[in-house]
Amino acid sequence: MDFCKYDTAGFYDELIGPDGKPRPGAAALVQQINELPQKDLRRRQKAAERVLHQQGITFSVYGDKKGTEKIFPFDILPRIVPARDWEIMERGLKQRIKALNLFIDDIYNDQKILKDNVIPKSLVLSSDCYLKQCVGLKPPQGIWIHITGTDLVRDADGAYYVLEDNLRCPSGISYVLQNRAILKRTFPNAFQTMRTRPVSDYGDHLYETLRHCAPVGVDEPNIIVLTPGIYNSAYYEHSFLAQQMGVTLAQGSDLTVIDGEVKLRTTRGLERVDVIYRRIDDEFLDPKIFRKDSMLGVPGIIDCYRNGTVTLANAPGTGIADDKAVYAYAPQIIKYYLDEDQILANVPTYICNDEKQRSHVLANLESMVVKAVNLSGGYGMLIGPASTKAERDSFAEKIKANPRDYIAQPTLSLSRSPTIVGERIEGRHVDLRPYILYGESIFVLPGGLTRVALTKGSLVVNSSQGGGSKDTWVLGGDERSMKDILSA
Amino acid sequence: MLSRTAYSIYWMSRYLERADNVARFVAVNAHLILDMGIDREQAQWEPLVQASGDDEDFKKRFNAFDEKSVIHFLTFDAKNPNSILSCVRNARENARTLREVISSEMWESINALYHFVDRHSRKRQVDDLQEFFTTVRTANHLFTGLCENTMSHDEGWQFSKIGRLLERADKTARILDVKYFTLLPTPEYVDSPYDKVEWGAVLKSVSGFEMYLKRFHHANYRDVTQFLILDPFLPRAILHCVNAAADALAVIIEMLDVDVPVQNEMGKLKQMLTETDVDVILAGGLHEFVDVFQFNLNVVDDALYKSFFALDSA
Repeated sequence: MDFCKYDTAGFYDELIGPDGKPRPGAAALVQQINELPQKDLRRRQKAAERVLHQQGITFSVYGDKKGTEKIFPFDILPRIVPARDWEIMERGLKQRIKALNLFIDDIYNDQKILKDNVIPKSLVLSSDCYLKQCVGLKPPQGIWIHITGTDLVRDADGAYYVLEDNLRCPSGISYVLQNRAILKRTFPNAFQTMRTRPVSDYGDHLYETLRHCAPVGVDEPNIIVLTPGIYNSAYYEHSFLAQQMGVTLAQGSDLTVIDGEVKLRTTRGLERVDVIYRRIDDEFLDPKIFRKDSMLGVPGIIDCYRNGTVTLANAPGTGIADDKAVYAYAPQIIKYYLDEDQILANVPTYICNDEKQRSHVLANLESMVVKAVNLSGGYGMLIGPASTKAERDSFAEKIKANPRDYIAQPTLSLSRSPTIVGERIEGRHVDLRPYILYGESIFVLPGGLTRVALTKGSLVVNSSQGGGSKDTWVLGGDERSMKDILSA
Repeated sequence: MLSRTAYSIYWMSRYLERADNVARFVAVNAHLILDMGIDREQAQWEPLVQASGDDEDFKKRFNAFDEKSVIHFLTFDAKNPNSILSCVRNARENARTLREVISSEMWESINALYHFVDRHSRKRQVDDLQEFFTTVRTANHLFTGLCENTMSHDEGWQFSKIGRLLERADKTARILDVKYFTLLPTPEYVDSPYDKVEWGAVLKSVSGFEMYLKRFHHANYRDVTQFLILDPFLPRAILHCVNAAADALAVIIEMLDVDVPVQNEMGKLKQMLTETDVDVILAGGLHEFVDVFQFNLNVVDDALYKSFFALDSA
């Protein structure tokens, strides 16, 4: 198996340029793979899968009585990000996060941006993600979005676009670190030659980010990770992150509120908690404030947060900037708060709530992707070019009935990355989710989760819809010294 | 440490130790049958189920105490919460909630054991299973060694130790009880060569045969009872287990600087063993002694729960 017969088929390919040669900095990887003995690549793929199985990074196959467990599909051919591309992405993400954080703070406090009519007030305040309970909140250090996993895609023209911001509880970072641990064993030579930038210190950065937002006056905060529990599909990640930071992993039932403070039930008695990296959605956090039937949350935790005795990361209410109709205004938001032009572009977005834009969408459903404003994970989507007439008709009805709930975007021609398919290497569509931490400064982990649509021709990369993952190699670049990289 | 975490560590160890002991249980009976030259049809499998304490559940779902049913019940029956398969599955579920607490080597060893048991759960012939039982036992030894060598010897480690030792004490008592339920062919059978073979098998099932011979040289009813209940040095003797569990508890109490009811109950359990001797036990009946011991063991387990694990405590 090698790249001799590899065909980019006219798509933008992340590894191989239009001239059939590897992209800048990626020659070592292509060369190493081409020089492998026959069947060796396949053997390495199997070995990597075996390691994941041994480590128990598996999920149960739903409805399988034998209790079969599978690993999440993982492809050992890494996705390459050249140094120059990364430099733009990093600046673009920092800019975006800074602006979105200011936006959220403004929306729940002064609402200047609404008063100045930059975004329609009715659009923001009608969002399901706008939480009245958060009005007037002032989180420590002014930080709302401590952890973000922004979804980026590359279109046929080679430019990156922001697809979704994921400002609530983005998952997947554990796969970034696990995939890397495996690939260091799979392609050690290429890894070293290409000076791939490290990701293994994510736990340190996360810990420092959480420490930075501790309640005022707490120097050595007690930090925990809050999980919905073992049956949550991301449970492995929650325990992994707690382990990487060396902190306690708690469930709602381990916590209680006493005298206005959040406490952990321990063998020594009750112990105060200062910072909670919560992996529970807003609506389940506190049955006293949000969903009354939530068994996962902690009654009274929001009051503690309001009173400043505990910090929640991310803050509740950040979903307002995740609403896909609000997302459409990101260029204006960046301009308004930072007086800068956006570095990373948005995908052009039609807001169905606007009558003119809606009629354009309805007339062009066949060529567009329609998304529910408040859903992610590939749910509630219509991919026009791949849809049937019945599906389009049903979406048209939904859009007309609840226009505020939908947006539409042109169908992008997502870039592809070489992927092992049976006994061959074939191109498959990918996206990229880098992780951004907002602490004392904004840090973008040089790497990220590359999701790959394993089904031929498919554009849907979500793991719930048949997607797999790849390691992402951000290359060091020739002109950068080690010192630059370390201080970046 | 979170109360829930301490509870999970305690049960993770208990379940693995239980799986190990069920494997010992079944293997000893299989060996016995071979040693005594009994026909397969006449072999007694009922005592195993009776000693396990799950005979009610067994009778509901099986017609006869034949080899196939009993081995299935004790080994791969997912409906029996104490089968090897269920124990290993429960140990793994507990370990899954402890991945940020235990070492990755510990997790991976439990995970590997689970997949091994799961793979074998499709084979039902006892002849194929001898090696299976040995692997289950070895896996628990490996796990105990990994606890010893890769986990901080902190509070959690002590809870794991208590779980393992209390479970082992309980199972040694039950293994002794198997003899009680085994039907004797004739009264003259006691202390006959066959009886010695049986006691030898019991000793082997707790890996105590060689250690016993060093001390008593040949097997008889009184000495085996003395050795398995009251020996302070044999790692599977009841007294040794209870002493070591009490020591671990004392360390936890000192570490946490707490005053808890379980201290008192553990003291009573220890007293029950130190204030008796083998003749008193035999005079009152071995089975009766085992019954009372197991009752007191449950009292300690309950007190542990109330002292450290109950979520509404403190």
